[in-house]
Amino acid sequence: MQFTTYDTDGFFDEMFEADGHPRAGSALLVQRIHALAEGELLHRQRAAEQALLHMGITFNVYGDEAGTERIFPFDVIPRIVEAADWAIIERGLKQRIQALNLFIDDVYQEQHILKDGIIPAFVVQSAKCLLPPCVGLQPPRGVWCHITGTDLVRDRAGQIYVLEDNLRCPSGVSYVLENRQVLKRTFPQVFEASRVRPVDDYPSRLLEMLQYLAPDGVTSPTVVVLTPGMYNSAYFEHAFLAQQMGIELVEGRDLVVTDGFVFMRTTKGLQRVDVIYRRIDDDFLDPLTFRPDSMLGVPGLFEVYRAGRVALANAPGTGVADDKVIYAYVPQIIRYYLGEDSILPNVPTYVCWDDTERQHILANLDKLVVKAANESGGYGMLVGPHASAAERAVFAERIQANPRNYIAQPTLGLSRAPVIVEDHFEGRHVDLRPYILYGQEIYVLPGGLTRVALRKGSLVVNSSQGGGSKDTWVLAGESDAC
Amino acid sequence: MLSRVADSIYWMTRYIERAENVARFIDVNLQLMLDLPAGITEQWAPLVDITDDQLLFQERYGATTRQNVVAFLTFDTGNPNSIYACLRAARENARSVREVISSEMWEQVNTFYLMVRDAAAHGRVTAEPHAFFTEVKMASHRFVGITDVTMSHNEGWHFGRLGCLLERADKTSRILDVKYYLLLPNVHDVGTPVDDIQWSAVLKSASAFEMYRKRFGLLRPDRVADFLMLDREFPRAMHYCLVQAEESLHAISSSPPGTFQNAAEQRLGRLRSELDYAHIDEIITRGLHEFLDAFQAKLNDVGTAIYETFVALRPVMDVPTRVRDVR
Repeated sequence: MQFTTYDTDGFFDEMFEADGHPRAGSALLVQRIHALAEGELLHRQRAAEQALLHMGITFNVYGDEAGTERIFPFDVIPRIVEAADWAIIERGLKQRIQALNLFIDDVYQEQHILKDGIIPAFVVQSAKCLLPPCVGLQPPRGVWCHITGTDLVRDRAGQIYVLEDNLRCPSGVSYVLENRQVLKRTFPQVFEASRVRPVDDYPSRLLEMLQYLAPDGVTSPTVVVLTPGMYNSAYFEHAFLAQQMGIELVEGRDLVVTDGFVFMRTTKGLQRVDVIYRRIDDDFLDPLTFRPDSMLGVPGLFEVYRAGRVALANAPGTGVADDKVIYAYVPQIIRYYLGEDSILPNVPTYVCWDDTERQHILANLDKLVVKAANESGGYGMLVGPHASAAERAVFAERIQANPRNYIAQPTLGLSRAPVIVEDHFEGRHVDLRPYILYGQEIYVLPGGLTRVALRKGSLVVNSSQGGGSKDTWVLAGESDAC
Repeated sequence: MLSRVADSIYWMTRYIERAENVARFIDVNLQLMLDLPAGITEQWAPLVDITDDQLLFQERYGATTRQNVVAFLTFDTGNPNSIYACLRAARENARSVREVISSEMWEQVNTFYLMVRDAAAHGRVTAEPHAFFTEVKMASHRFVGITDVTMSHNEGWHFGRLGCLLERADKTSRILDVKYYLLLPNVHDVGTPVDDIQWSAVLKSASAFEMYRKRFGLLRPDRVADFLMLDREFPRAMHYCLVQAEESLHAISSSPPGTFQNAAEQRLGRLRSELDYAHIDEIITRGLHEFLDAFQAKLNDVGTAIYETFVALRPVMDVPTRVRDVR
């Protein structure tokens, strides 16, 4: 298979310059692909898919009884990020996470940022994910967002933007690690020659960060991963991370609160738990504090957490900063807490609660993307240029009925990367989700999940909406180890 | 280890062992039918009796024809003991303990499941039944082997071994029970070629034919029963299974041999010592069927005790001293 007929169509292409030449970091890969015998690349693609199926690297799809488990579609052509681009991404993410953590801390304590009028107080107070039980709470070591999976996109001009922060329970990192395993087998020579930065130490770093959160005086803490169970869409990842860290994967029913501590039920009795990497949403954590109908959580857990006898990662309450209306203020948040300009810009965002901006939005629905403030997974959004007049009318009504709940952004011509479609290459839109750990310091994993909108022309990369993934190769610069 | 995890490993191995045994029953019966003299009708009802699912079968199929029985035991998802249903359950259990078992084990369970699922979808069994059931047996053996060499022989492994061995002891007893009950009354058959073939089929369904020959030579019903029940060296013999299962149970709770700390150890120890000192002539005199029936009931009680000892919720008072430490 050759790239000779590959067309970048006027989008920014992650692999090729506009004139059709491969970008510097991709030249070797392109050369190697061209040198493969006819049919060889397809053969490798199929081998990779087979490997993923047999490794059971699958995700569950809700509401689909017959085939509830599928492999996450995977394209073997890696997405390459050059060292210079990565340097900016890494600095930008560290800056952003530091500021957002300060913001969350402030929101639940003194609320200086509201008193100083940087963000209208009602915007924060009306945020759906603001958790009143967290007010006044100080999480262990002052960190709220321990694990973040920020979504980045590029526009036609090649500018990188932050699309979403994902400060709650971002998933996908297991695919980063497994995709890499598969790709090393698929392109061993190119991989070796390309100086790709490793991602394999993520589980060790995650464990180290989690142990750092243990209550004072606990020298060898018991850390567990808390999962909603095997029918959760990300169950594979929960099991994978627990296995890679060598710690227990527990469900709510395995944990019990007694005498002011959290314990797990074992074959030899109850054993104390010190740190919980929970992959259960805030609402479901503890039926005594949050949703009383939760069957997934642990009654009494939040009180133990408040008393500092167990650490939770991420801390409950971080969702307030995931509210898309609050997202609109992140540049101001960074300036307020750090006195710096954002290194990675936001996508320009209009907020519907503002009368002027709302008028503009309603008049330009055919050009904008509208999003609900607290939906994710590609749900609750309108891609104006691709929507029918009737769909736009529905959103116009919703916006007017509840302006606080909506924002709008220009439709970005997301960058594309080549994927294998039958027997040739076609460009598909991609995003990039790097993973950031915040423990003793902030660490950005040099890699990430490249999600691909596999449907031709689609801008929605979510796995629930026909998205797939690629391995992401971050190339080492002069000073990086690899 | 987590109680839930121990329970899942125990059932994962139990279901795989069950699937293997179902494949054994069907395969041997298929072979057996090939050797029947003309005029003798095929016997498929005993296969349903082995798994104790007569009522369910009647409800879903009615006549015990070859086609119905094979369908019921192989791919019927409405039968919780069909090969497909067992694999599905084994895989669900494996999936819930993926982080505890080795990835090789998980891959083998998954591959095994996918193989059966594809066979169910493509009707391969009708075309090549022997090849399919052999594949099931081999996949189960691969799982046992992989488990043995890729997972630490820790508590979880012992729970897995316990599940596998208790299931195997139960199934061997059922094979023997049904065949003995059906074959023995035909006194005039004793010593005929048909009789020999049937007894060798009993042995073959437990992969015991060759090993039996080495120990006893000629086929005799009482010796077949002796071998499958009381042999101390043959790995599918009931006695052998109990000895090994007891070893694992003691490894879990670290009680010295000959003692017990919980109901599971007490019940399994009693049942094992009953076989230690049993003699086949006495068993036959008192009634083989009654003996096997009682054995299965006691084995069930062992299973219940394992659940109550290690899995069921324990009172909060059980909290280890570590709790009281102020840290």
